[in-house]
Amino acid sequence: MNNLIKKFFYGDYGEIEEGASTSQDDQWPLWEIFIRSKQGLDHKHVGSLHAADAKMAIENARDVYTRRQEGISIWVVESKNITASNPDEAGELFEPAQDKIYRHPTFYHLPEKVNHM
Amino acid sequence: MSTSKNSVSKENKINYILYLADTTLILSHRNSEWCGHAPIIEQDIALTNIALDLLGQARNFYQYAAELIGNNATEDSLAYLRIENEYKNLLLTELPNDDWGNTVLRQFYFSVYQFYLYQQLQKSDDEQLVAIANKAIKEVSYHVRWSGEWVVRLGDGTKESHQRMLNAIENLKNYLGEMFIAADYETAMNIDLNTIQKQWDEKVTSVFAEATLPLPKNIFNHIGGKTGVHTEYLGYILTEMQYLQRTYPNAVW
Repeated sequence: MNNLIKKFFYGDYGEIEEGASTSQDDQWPLWEIFIRSKQGLDHKHVGSLHAADAKMAIENARDVYTRRQEGISIWVVESKNITASNPDEAGELFEPAQDKIYRHPTFYHLPEKVNHM
Repeated sequence: MSTSKNSVSKENKINYILYLADTTLILSHRNSEWCGHAPIIEQDIALTNIALDLLGQARNFYQYAAELIGNNATEDSLAYLRIENEYKNLLLTELPNDDWGNTVLRQFYFSVYQFYLYQQLQKSDDEQLVAIANKAIKEVSYHVRWSGEWVVRLGDGTKESHQRMLNAIENLKNYLGEMFIAADYETAMNIDLNTIQKQWDEKVTSVFAEATLPLPKNIFNHIGGKTGVHTEYLGYILTEMQYLQRTYPNAVW
């Protein structure tokens, strides 16, 4: 019982119940689903689901995520193909940006002739 | 179809529309029995979606039939207050679900039939039927695709899944012919069942080839559903489906 604290990363399955099968062999792989809405310019992550292959993932996504006209285009990516940043490294990755507010474009003065920015 | 409005008696038309309505309603009900029980939640949602599509189609047909019948008939009175021998659904649709393989194979057989049937209805000179068929055929195209992929997946899958599909083919084989054997009211509606059967054979043959499954052999055609002679299963379905309306008459949402 060395491993009392288990870390979960993006795309991990949830906690496995005591006594339940811990084998992942009988589970279909997990897929991340991206949907582009009618007015949308880009695909947005909407959630994840299980499917045996990419084709089934698209169809499952159609039934799970586009029943209410949410989208006109679907991307699916198997979750294992996504590499996530480690939450433990959040400090070194993101904190250095905190005190560098001059990186925001609000410090630039736009010429008056440039509208709508 | 070269039906003209005057050549079809009102009675034949009503019976035909009830045949379409009952068949979609009963299959919808069978599929809805999987809700909460499918092997994986994503497929639970997929099959329930199909059940809802079929229910929507059934409602359209019942509403149209009620309009033609008049006499205060409504979609609810037609669905909830008729007894077994007034129901005209295909026997195929009332058979028990059995396992997942049997359920998806039945859906595939039926959806392919429905697809070519609705193609003919789209050319009908009954505007209401044309409108319903136009709306429904997109749903049905997806049902054909979804169920066809499952037939291939299981047929050409593991030894176990292949065997289960062989069992399903055996289970259902005697209930396919009824789709293509016309009841009197179908003949009157000028539905060209020969063409539908040819198209159906072609599609099923090509998907079965991909699924490495044999076509059904040694067939005996059970008929009767279209004229109200049903298997023992329909009574149980109606008992459950009509319970509320018969126990609390005129109950509404």
